Formats: sequence, C-alpha cells, structure tokens
Amino acid sequence: MSWFLFTILAVLTLGGGLGVVLTRNVVHAALLLLVSLMAVAGIYLILLAEFLALVQVLIYGGAIIIVLLFAIMLTRSDEYPRIGDNRQWPLAAVAALALLGVLSAAFWIRSPQDTQIQSPAFADLGNSLFTRWAIPFEVASLVLLVALIGAIIIAQSKGEER
Amino acid sequence: MVPLVYFQLLSAGLFAIGMYGVLARRSAVLIIMSIELMLNAVNINLIAASSHLEGVGRFAGFDGQIIAIFVITVAAAEVGLGLAIILRIYRNRGTVNVDEIHLMKW
Repeated sequence: MSWFLFTILAVLTLGGGLGVVLTRNVVHAALLLLVSLMAVAGIYLILLAEFLALVQVLIYGGAIIIVLLFAIMLTRSDEYPRIGDNRQWPLAAVAALALLGVLSAAFWIRSPQDTQIQSPAFADLGNSLFTRWAIPFEVASLVLLVALIGAIIIAQSKGEER
Repeated sequence: MVPLVYFQLLSAGLFAIGMYGVLARRSAVLIIMSIELMLNAVNINLIAASSHLEGVGRFAGFDGQIIAIFVITVAAAEVGLGLAIILRIYRNRGTVNVDEIHLMKW
C-alpha cells in the first residue's frame, strides 16, 4: 500500500517538476508547480510528518502559488503564452543530469538499511522549536519581518516614476 | 514500507529538475519557481532522514523536521522579496527576461 502511494506521488512530483521546467506557458508552469508541491505534501504524509504536510499545503498551496500568480499577472508580456529557453539549455541539461548521477550514486552506495519510520508528536515538535531551537526561531521571525518590509520598500513606486 | 534510499533518489531527481530550470529558463518568475522545486527537494531529503533515522547515531529530536520548517520560512521570504525585485525591474525595463537585464555585465 505504501509502495503504491509512494509511486503515484513520486510520479506526480517529478512529472509536475518536469512540467514546470519544460512547459512554454507561464501560467501552466505555476499550476504544475502547485501539483508538484501538493504531491510533496503527500510524500510528507507517507513519512508520517503530518505537521510539515499541513505547513506545506498552507504556505505553498495557499500563499506562494498565489503570490507567483500575482507576479505573473502583473508582469504580463506578449511572450508569456510561448516563452523560450535560453541558448545554453543543452549545457544546462548535461549539468543537471551529471548532478543527478552524482547524487543518486552517493545515495545508493551509502544508504542505511532496515530503518523504521517514526513520527513525532505535535507537542514534541513545538517544545523543541521553543527550547533547543528558540534562537533560530527568533532569527527566522526577524528574517521574515525584514524581507517583508524590504519587499514593500522595493515594490513601492511613490515619487520616482520615469 | 518504502526504504529511505527511494526518498533520497526522489529528492535527487527533483533537485536536478530544479537546477535545469534555473540554468535554462529565461523568465525570472520561472527561475523562482525552479528554486522552489530545489528547496522542496531539500525538504524531502531532510524529512525522510529525520523520520527514518530518529534515534540512530546522533539523530535525535526530529531536528530534520525543525530545519525543514526554517527552510519553508526562508522560501517564503525569498519569494516575497524576489517577486518585489522582479516587479521593480519590470516597471523600469519592461521585461523580466534575465538575459535582457545586463546593466551590470561588462
């Protein structure tokens, strides 16, 4: 059963990802990215990481895809229905395949065998986040604050239009 | 039960796809989408390792899942900031193709 689900979700993840990098239409790319990210949420469920699956659906499905679609709509150009790749795409394909080969070989050779999937309780994750990881957590909130203020300042257009 | 190595191979595949997108695409919005794919590949790897290896050796406390939460946080910040910069470039130059934005190239 778990193999069956894993195969379906892996095909959806990789197929959606390939669609994102190969399709000619930008809006289709955003929707295929949504398919891929939701399949990744399913992978998290197979791995018994329910909290991360929820976060994945909320942040990626609810926020990031919407923001990406907004950016696509706001930067609309005549090219978007049929956008091209740049001239170095064969080189990029070779580099990506080489990286895939190296990573797969490394994972295949030194992979631990006979491990069991375990799941943390929500309360344990929260405890860990606010005790051992308290300082990184505060830094992350600061990063988000600075990024959002920076985004507002960069994107505003008051007084300096050409 | 699916062994750990298949999750790792899935993550390697998704990362390679994302890297191809970053290197081959022209539109900056599509490059940001490809970066999201790469970050998700990293998250799959982290969470698979944390779920499978809890209690093995020095792996303890599901740290991989905590780090994945931070990766998602940084990804959200990156998308917000990156798209603000893209909007700015589009307003100033009328294009978001990275090979036409070569003001600082010499």
